[in-house]
Amino acid sequence: MTKHLLSSLRPALVMTLLFALLLGIGYPLALTGMGQLLFPAQANGSLVERDGKPIGSTVIGQAFTSERYFNSRPSAAGKGYDGLASSGSNLGPTSQALADRVAADIAKFKAASPDRPVPSDLVTASASGLDPDISPEAAFYQVDRVAKARGIDRARVQALVTDSVRHPLLGFIGEPRVNLFDLNRRLDGLSAKPAA
Amino acid sequence: MTFQGWLLIAAFVGILLAFTKPVGLWLFALYEGRRTPLHAVLDPIERGFYRLSGIDPNEEQNWRRYAVHMLIFNAALLLLTYAVLRLQALLPLNPQGLPAVGEHLSFNTAVSFTTNTNWQSYSGESTLSTLSQMLGLAIHNFLSAATGIALAFAFFRGFARRNAGTIGNFWADITRVTLYLLLPACIVYALFLIASGVPQTLAGSVDLTTLEGAKQTLALGPVASQEAIKTLGTNGGGFFNANSAHPFENPTAITNLVQMLSIFAIGFGLTWTFGKAVGNPRQGWAILAAMTTIFLIGVGITYWQEAAGNPVLHQLGAMGGNMEGKEVRFGIAASALFSVVTTAASCGAVNAMHDSFTALGGLIPLFNIQLGEVVVGGVGAGIYGFLLFAILAVFVAGLMVGRTPEYVGKKIEAREVKLAVLAIAVLPLIILGFTAIASITDAGLAGPLNKGPHGFSEILYAFTSGVGNNGSAFAGLTANTPFYNGLLGVAMWIGRFFIIIPMLAIAGSLAAKKYTPETAGSFPTTGPLWTGLLIGIVAVVGGLTFLPSLALGPIADHLAMIHGQLF
Repeated sequence: MTKHLLSSLRPALVMTLLFALLLGIGYPLALTGMGQLLFPAQANGSLVERDGKPIGSTVIGQAFTSERYFNSRPSAAGKGYDGLASSGSNLGPTSQALADRVAADIAKFKAASPDRPVPSDLVTASASGLDPDISPEAAFYQVDRVAKARGIDRARVQALVTDSVRHPLLGFIGEPRVNLFDLNRRLDGLSAKPAA
Repeated sequence: MTFQGWLLIAAFVGILLAFTKPVGLWLFALYEGRRTPLHAVLDPIERGFYRLSGIDPNEEQNWRRYAVHMLIFNAALLLLTYAVLRLQALLPLNPQGLPAVGEHLSFNTAVSFTTNTNWQSYSGESTLSTLSQMLGLAIHNFLSAATGIALAFAFFRGFARRNAGTIGNFWADITRVTLYLLLPACIVYALFLIASGVPQTLAGSVDLTTLEGAKQTLALGPVASQEAIKTLGTNGGGFFNANSAHPFENPTAITNLVQMLSIFAIGFGLTWTFGKAVGNPRQGWAILAAMTTIFLIGVGITYWQEAAGNPVLHQLGAMGGNMEGKEVRFGIAASALFSVVTTAASCGAVNAMHDSFTALGGLIPLFNIQLGEVVVGGVGAGIYGFLLFAILAVFVAGLMVGRTPEYVGKKIEAREVKLAVLAIAVLPLIILGFTAIASITDAGLAGPLNKGPHGFSEILYAFTSGVGNNGSAFAGLTANTPFYNGLLGVAMWIGRFFIIIPMLAIAGSLAAKKYTPETAGSFPTTGPLWTGLLIGIVAVVGGLTFLPSLALGPIADHLAMIHGQLF
């Protein structure tokens, strides 16, 4: 046993060192180099800039709570859409806190939007707290409110949402969805034009 | 449930089955120590590693020597990570200026990554520096996976060799698996992830002003390189707290599908490698058939329950399936599928929060880990865990017909059965024992976020995940306390190595036996009868032990849910 232990010490220590250099330093640095060279936009977070300043990432959600924007889902990341504190609510199916939160959000939406059942993704917190999307149903549900708040023709807003829906690859890989950063930016562009 | 959802599940299994033999063949070449096309480039590195560390790759080791070298190597890796985390504040590549990681959290994290568990008691984006993620954690993702595959190779040799005293060379096994499989596959995989939107930078974060004019800071880092090995090596430790649910770790439905495939790819392949090693690929297919059957039953239940949704929320006026803790881009089907994949394999990456699943939807991930993660399982660990059940199954079959049990040409005798039972008994003993301790102590009861039966489920899931080396969580549990960090650290260590040692002892004992040719009286271990028996043994031995604990947790939770009882 002691003989085994001693004979294994040198390989264990040297191999730890060599693998640490190869896998802990070499591998991530080499990929960082390749990523920055081949796909610089994605490797740095898929950021979108306006006047040279970043205003968002195409893959990360941000908080939209104003009635003038299509609202995002509830978020448990920090105080909401905190990019340093990704998290779900972790509330279980029989949680009173979950039921209270959902009831409050439903009441808020029903006050401003049609009296229809609310699509469940709009009143449930995502897993990351940074979900960039909502379902097409959740977007269409908000069309009336957004159109009214912005004083734009409802049909134009409806058409914009229809145009913003992204469909699953081959029809089954993924879900139909609407990226809010994309939709709301296009919405700002729409308002800038004079009403038709 | 939708047609598209089932199509995704069918495509997932179909792709895996198509890749089983090619992956298995590649692994077989590494098992045998044959040259691969990659040797042209990487052979000098392999030989350099051996020379510098004084290893003769052709020197055969008996099971004791193999075990000791494996343990010492893992201990050295454990210390490296502990040191990196404790010294984080003094080391370079710390763009956010984070302080040193605390003692019990460092202990828990070092054990967690050494044992291929990747339980995350920390929150990556706010606790760990870039260097800690790379040098402290990502290295384990490779080497704990390589260790698992090496151990599976050693176990295969126990069945395949005749009258032999040795089961291979540990150093040669891990070096070959790392250099000729994990590293090159991860380079290609990580580039695909970067192209799909996963960051890979040394910058720590970026500040921006949102469309509504609020400030948002996004954590960045070398995410893609870690993400690739996280799933391929069934590790599961994410760069960010939200793991594969975070859009930077898993930005699209396509990356999600590839992540799920990569979690199972090596596990599927190893069943073929086993069959080939013992001279009959049908032995491998029989095992894979049993695994796939159990897997699909689990997928069906979780998908059904999540798609049906939470009646409590329906009552309030929110229509549709259960979207609490799920991402819109994945939806119900891909979230349910991912949860069953990650717990069937001992991965533990999550793309949805299991804590917020419906009661029975969340029971399946928990139950999968309690079965011992032998349904495909962690790379290496899954197949050697399953073979322990196979030993029990031939023993039971032997008792029924009154003959000495045999499996793939080896007589299974008292020593092997005793050791297999020892290895299998560790899981329920520690899971239920530690859960009981946590359920009656103040420190333990301080953990759960949810009240009622769901709170108990959170504790049970934590120890199940720890001992099973899974790493996923009912994440509402506040686990970053001395009590949970310490107890879970011990649980993970026992769950990994107290199974490995008896398993290697069996390998040594089997290797020494002579070959027993199959006769008319042998119980055939390739047909549907055998597959059915395997499923039965896994369900009875692995599963029934946990039924009372499941009744107290998820089943009570389900009854409360359908009656609208809230806590």
